Amino acid sequence: MQRIRITALAVFAALALCLAPTAMAETMEVTIVIKDHKFEPAEVRVPAGEKIRLIVVNEDATPEEFESHDLNLEKIIGGGRKGTFVFGPLDAGTYKFFGEFNEDSAQGVVIAEE
Amino acid sequence: MEASLIIVFREVLEAALVVSIVLAVTKGVAGRKRWIGGGILAGILGALIVAYFANGIADFAQGFGQEIFNAGVLLAAVVLLSWHNVWMAKHGRDLAIKVSAVGQNVKDGTEPMYALASVVAVAILREGSEIVLFFHGFLPVYTLQELTTGSALGLLGGVALGAVLYFGLLKIPLKYFFNVTSWLILLLAAGLAANAAKYLTQADILPSLGRKIWDTSWLLDEGSFLGEILHVLIGYSAQPSGIQILFYALTIVIVGSMMMAVQRQMAKKPS
Repeated sequence: MQRIRITALAVFAALALCLAPTAMAETMEVTIVIKDHKFEPAEVRVPAGEKIRLIVVNEDATPEEFESHDLNLEKIIGGGRKGTFVFGPLDAGTYKFFGEFNEDSAQGVVIAEE
Repeated sequence: MEASLIIVFREVLEAALVVSIVLAVTKGVAGRKRWIGGGILAGILGALIVAYFANGIADFAQGFGQEIFNAGVLLAAVVLLSWHNVWMAKHGRDLAIKVSAVGQNVKDGTEPMYALASVVAVAILREGSEIVLFFHGFLPVYTLQELTTGSALGLLGGVALGAVLYFGLLKIPLKYFFNVTSWLILLLAAGLAANAAKYLTQADILPSLGRKIWDTSWLLDEGSFLGEILHVLIGYSAQPSGIQILFYALTIVIVGSMMMAVQRQMAKKPS
């Protein structure tokens, strides 16, 4: 029991350290449109180190599941509706996202730049 | 057809693996077919209702209703699975003795089946509602025949893999069976808890506590077949955030220590 408690404390302490940069970040807003099962723009540039609020507007009549393993995002957006996601702050780099219902055409990337 | 096959397969797989584990751990419990069958039916009905109200759910909570709903359903499943595990820690040894003595059918009232039946129901509700949304949304795009053929094949594939898991689990010797399955369920629950954390971070309700603590996509991509199976079974995530790891670890530490405490208590009592 004692060992479990110490492990739990260690986990907490390690994660508390990670919290610090998150708290200081600001939120920036970007919008992506889904049209004909494609993302517009398919390449989104955002500054690294900032929290991002992403709005995905689905202009198709069909629903789409917006998903990204790189960004840990997943949500169904109904036809003609929009969905909001919050993620980051990101390190500089490229992050893939896709539409699960139309994976052949619905592909895009978020590029975080310093 | 191909798109519907893949999507239905993916969603069915998640639910089928959960149902297989529940079926395996309740083998020999009288009336389990009725309970689990009821859970499956309730899940399908629930999926239809959730899909029908999808827009309303999505609009809830400044557009983060879907996240809150998913996280709530996932955390409910975590509680139910944990409860089952603690119950098993208390009665698993008796159950193992009884099952081997009688051969099969343990009498009614041994296993709290409503907990596991509810787990089945919520797994199907969550995955099923996505299938319904997809099916309904794409009916004007694909023909009904394309959609149903693809879905039927996807359903078959998902159920077949569930069956593989089911028979694989039953191969475990009875002596270890309840121990192995309990830990398997604990990992499953921890994975669901981590997934709930992911939804709550995406909705800006919980901090990410570090967006990517490590990255094992070079080893096993989360979108790959094995990656997806492990994601369902043990909550594998190639790039977990701090909060996902925290939820995962807390579930294991809290429920695991409860299981061990109950087991130790039971060991003291002569059976």
